Amino acid sequence: MAGNNPTSTEYIQHHLQNMTFGLHPEHGWSLAHSAQEAQEMGFWAIHVDTMLWSIGLGVVFLYLFRLVAKRASTGVPTGLQNFVEMMVEFVDGSVRETFHGKSRLIAPLSLTIFCWIFLMNLMDLVPVDFLPMLAQKIGSWFGADPAHVYFKVVPTTDVNATFGMSLSVFALIIFYSIRSKGVSGFIAELTLHPFSTSNKFAQILLIPINFLLEAVTLLAKPVSLSLRLFGNLYAGELIFILIAMIGLWQLPLHFPWAVFHILIITLQAFIFMMLTIVYLSMATEEQH
Amino acid sequence: MNLNLTLIGQAIAFAVFVWFCMKYVWPPVMQALQERQKKIADGLDAASRATRDLEVAQEKAEETLRESKEQAQQILEQANKRASQIVEEARETARAEGERIIEGARSEIDQEINRAKEELRAQVSLLAVAGAERILESSIDESKHRELVDKLAAEL
Repeated sequence: MAGNNPTSTEYIQHHLQNMTFGLHPEHGWSLAHSAQEAQEMGFWAIHVDTMLWSIGLGVVFLYLFRLVAKRASTGVPTGLQNFVEMMVEFVDGSVRETFHGKSRLIAPLSLTIFCWIFLMNLMDLVPVDFLPMLAQKIGSWFGADPAHVYFKVVPTTDVNATFGMSLSVFALIIFYSIRSKGVSGFIAELTLHPFSTSNKFAQILLIPINFLLEAVTLLAKPVSLSLRLFGNLYAGELIFILIAMIGLWQLPLHFPWAVFHILIITLQAFIFMMLTIVYLSMATEEQH
Repeated sequence: MNLNLTLIGQAIAFAVFVWFCMKYVWPPVMQALQERQKKIADGLDAASRATRDLEVAQEKAEETLRESKEQAQQILEQANKRASQIVEEARETARAEGERIIEGARSEIDQEINRAKEELRAQVSLLAVAGAERILESSIDESKHRELVDKLAAEL
């Protein structure tokens, strides 16, 4: 348990607080010592733990795959190469099934999304206290109060991480829409559907309604994409924390939830990848 | 869980990862996969071609075998025919030879008979004269009857 015997509420809050580094109005550039300080830093703050783990895991993913790519041979594949080729073929198959246009970006994008999100989600299976307590020990060596060292291990339980990805995908959706339909085509798609009429005057009246509906549809894509992933992982993490609080009985409870969670983390990574492909293929197709 | 600079940081990290993956990971792996696919396809092709070749060769071998069998049969038949021909010829020759020998024997026998007849004729005339001399010793006048006896001898 964290700190000097904190209450349940404090324990949970401690676990759900990111290590935030930012510009505080009073303390200047510093690590936030409490959730309130982190709040006061506003937008110009960065979650050190999220960045560290996500980039670290991304580098692990790319290092492993690059290792294989460098010595990829046409002979009989072994070990890691087998695994990497399996992943690549799986992603390639999914992309081919869904995305009918031609793009060199979609498949590597999908592979990155799937593997990266899977690895980030996988951190959820590390028992919730291990890494935060390690961080507190290290923090106390540097003279910090262990109760104020926050460390959140799973990057996908941070909305910033999921929105960072989904907004990038959103930008790609707009880019692909404009590339395949042109700016006027994109605007027409937003304003002339789903209600259209041959009467010019009535059509002008319908434009605001259409735009409202289509804008909601468009904006719902990145929001749902990121909140789905965030919600699933946040809830899973929260249950791990709750299980960790009940003492000795956590062992029989932790195991089934962890097993069940393996399904969730894989499924969420797959859903994020599939929906990205679907959204991008919808953006490149002519009409809907 | 407040939105802050992490959002932008994550987006940048994401973009960099995707770029790296697109540039350095995806193409070599994909190329290796495609090359292997091609290699396997080629191998399967070669295998089916070899099977076809084998079939053709087997057919050819069978045909050759059948032809040689036929040839052997023909040769055997010819030999048999020739053998019976030779036997026939030999039999013919033997028969001719036999006949010739019989012919020779017969003519010899005829000659013997003729010779015997000549001898007999000469002796019969002498015997007849001697017999008649004995029977008619006294009564016959040699000079009177010489003419008669000579006439008789000439008739034999």
